[in-house]
Amino acid sequence: MANFQTVEVKTDLLIVGGGFSACGAATEAAYWAKKHNLKITLVDKAALDRSGAVAMGLSAINQYIGIRDGENTCEDYVRYVRQDLMGVSREDLVYNIARHVDSTVHLFEKWGLKIWLDEKGKYVHEGRWQLMINGESYKILIAEAAKNALKEAGGEIFERIFIVDPIVENNKIVGAVGFSTREEKFYVFKAKAVICAMGGAVHVFRPRSVGEGFGRSWYPPFNTGSSAYFTIKAGAEMTCQEVRFIPVRFKDAYGPVGAWFLLFKSRAISSGGGEYMAVRKAELDNWKPYGLAKPIPANLRNYLGMLDVEAGLGPLYMETAEAIGKLADQYKDDPKAFKKKMKELESEAWEDFLDMTISQAHLWAAQNVKPEEKHSEIAACEPYFIGSHSGASGAWVSGPEDLNTPYKWGYANMTTVDGLFAIGDASGASSHKFSSGSHAEGRIAGKAAIKYIIEKGKEPQVDNAKVEALKAKILAPIDRYQQYKGLTTDPAINPNYLLWRQFMERLQKIMDEYAGGVTAAFKTSKALLERALELFVFLKEDSEKLAAADIYSLERCWENVHRMWQGEAHIRTILFREETRWPGYYFRADTPKMDNDKWLCFVNCKWDPAAGKWDVFKKDIWTMPGV
Amino acid sequence: MPSFVMVEKCDGCKGQDKTACMYICPNDLMILDKERMKAYNRDPSMCWECQCCVKICPQQAMDVRGYADFIPLGASCVPLRGSQDIMWTVKFRDGSMKRFKFPTRTTEEGTAKPLAGYPAHDDIKSEALATEPASLGLQAVPTRK
Repeated sequence: MANFQTVEVKTDLLIVGGGFSACGAATEAAYWAKKHNLKITLVDKAALDRSGAVAMGLSAINQYIGIRDGENTCEDYVRYVRQDLMGVSREDLVYNIARHVDSTVHLFEKWGLKIWLDEKGKYVHEGRWQLMINGESYKILIAEAAKNALKEAGGEIFERIFIVDPIVENNKIVGAVGFSTREEKFYVFKAKAVICAMGGAVHVFRPRSVGEGFGRSWYPPFNTGSSAYFTIKAGAEMTCQEVRFIPVRFKDAYGPVGAWFLLFKSRAISSGGGEYMAVRKAELDNWKPYGLAKPIPANLRNYLGMLDVEAGLGPLYMETAEAIGKLADQYKDDPKAFKKKMKELESEAWEDFLDMTISQAHLWAAQNVKPEEKHSEIAACEPYFIGSHSGASGAWVSGPEDLNTPYKWGYANMTTVDGLFAIGDASGASSHKFSSGSHAEGRIAGKAAIKYIIEKGKEPQVDNAKVEALKAKILAPIDRYQQYKGLTTDPAINPNYLLWRQFMERLQKIMDEYAGGVTAAFKTSKALLERALELFVFLKEDSEKLAAADIYSLERCWENVHRMWQGEAHIRTILFREETRWPGYYFRADTPKMDNDKWLCFVNCKWDPAAGKWDVFKKDIWTMPGV
Repeated sequence: MPSFVMVEKCDGCKGQDKTACMYICPNDLMILDKERMKAYNRDPSMCWECQCCVKICPQQAMDVRGYADFIPLGASCVPLRGSQDIMWTVKFRDGSMKRFKFPTRTTEEGTAKPLAGYPAHDDIKSEALATEPASLGLQAVPTRK
């Protein structure tokens, strides 16, 4: 076996991941850990300053309720998420995040985040729930608070360690294993409780750009399905694995459209069909009650645009010039004020890209785009797994203790595996938490996990034989490469193994062509999905033939095994749900209608670690009384 | 090639065991060629073009050449990140330029206090997080009976 030194780390609470939810968990848990003399350890596969989905920055905070000023209530947010997700959401979780998210935003502001203020000193809203920020250093600030909190509490941060597998004994988590991406070291973390915060999944589906632009996914390519894998392999019940997300963004570079739609009030059109939201309004009737209520769910807005594209009426365009013109019209009698307003708008439009999707600014500059003169192309991206945004995939977690929710088995955000908590993209059916809500959810789980350790924490009993077996399995691609590489003149082509990129391309081809990816126009069916599962049998077998020349390749190998498990959970769930409920995310061509009688429910799934078998089943939806 | 390193400017971060770009890349792409003492992006097609490496490089030795799949040549977006703001120089393919300066934070680097000066409590059993309800600006954490 590859000669990696084993390093053992004992802790009370282990936080796996480094993004917004992980930083929220660390910041809150540190406060309680210090009081109760407990140790927290955070493990990040990158550098905390720039890890996770907000690595590049962000130009808006997308969840702020505004409770203190009476702008909205938590119940308003519950209704909003229910509507956007076509009736499928965990209202207890959505409520819980909503009641804490404002305090997260207020903390951000004190830490140094520049939130735009109006003349009266109130936050500038982009939309009802969205606040405008100067967010280039958003992640750095949030990481800074987490680091300072851990330092005060005597906690520890490990960067550049990639966690591969959980260690579970009798449905209780006792730790996690992984390896350093910098040196030949295998890490064993033993903990009384573990918070899983390893993000969503990108590159499960083949992206639109397959050459050099492969990495320009809307959500970052370093979100590799690790949360899904970790919780599934631990034996946790999962939910909404069918609810992937497809954002419509500026085409190819995937720049944000929120400011254009919400702040600049821009319209979207198709070249041949006009304003599809108006022209195809009658289609919304087929998706009532959600299609007829406001705001129209994101997936239905997608769907109407997709219908135009399918009819050959594309490209789709964001009418930027018209929007800016209309805004400027208000100043037509005052040329000086007009000039000032235009400069302000120009700066806002460019900052929107430069803060969070620099490639889009680059693309506009390279195509000599002047948004005030000419409209810009928009398009549906590829599918992503992102429980924090308008998708909903993640683990099934316990609701808040003080609410009368039927989904409650102890501690807030604990999965069905004892001591294992899930937050951010790792927890399901609590969509629309975005950056601020994910941080708030992290804080909720951070406190709950410390409470769990105080009340129920036991010394982790880790079976050494199990750890050794995991080490052998995780390092096997290195051994395999060494064993076989000499057989061929080019080590890239070898009948005994696959390299990570080759494996990834096979996964993406299956997902794209059979499970409703871009080239299948987001359509699938029972027959296609069953065929995908047949091909997955070979793929899974071949995942045990991955080979890695170095540690970097080993990291990529395991990231893609993680993606494969996310892919399988997705296929099994969309196969089970015999209806089409989110037509702008995926379309079951054999069951093309929404069926509220049979399918207004959660679809959950669980992989049984002992039997190695999947179970997929329905769970009832609880609606908050009177909301 | 997404992010790239200019040979003349890169000094391999003066022979330290890791370079600034290696330290920061969220996708583990930057690596130091120890023979040449120059860093490079080992897999451009996995690059998100987040420019974290460009922003952190002490020699300003890095830039981005937009994805060949869909970004025409000749443009650039070059950041200059200070302790409180960031300057961007956007160069268009037609030669025109735009410059922007945006604030990045309102406080001194390193000073983010976890509790942010809000009063905290010690009730582990309550729904109130450490700084709540004060940080909510409310008398109590909302709940439903």
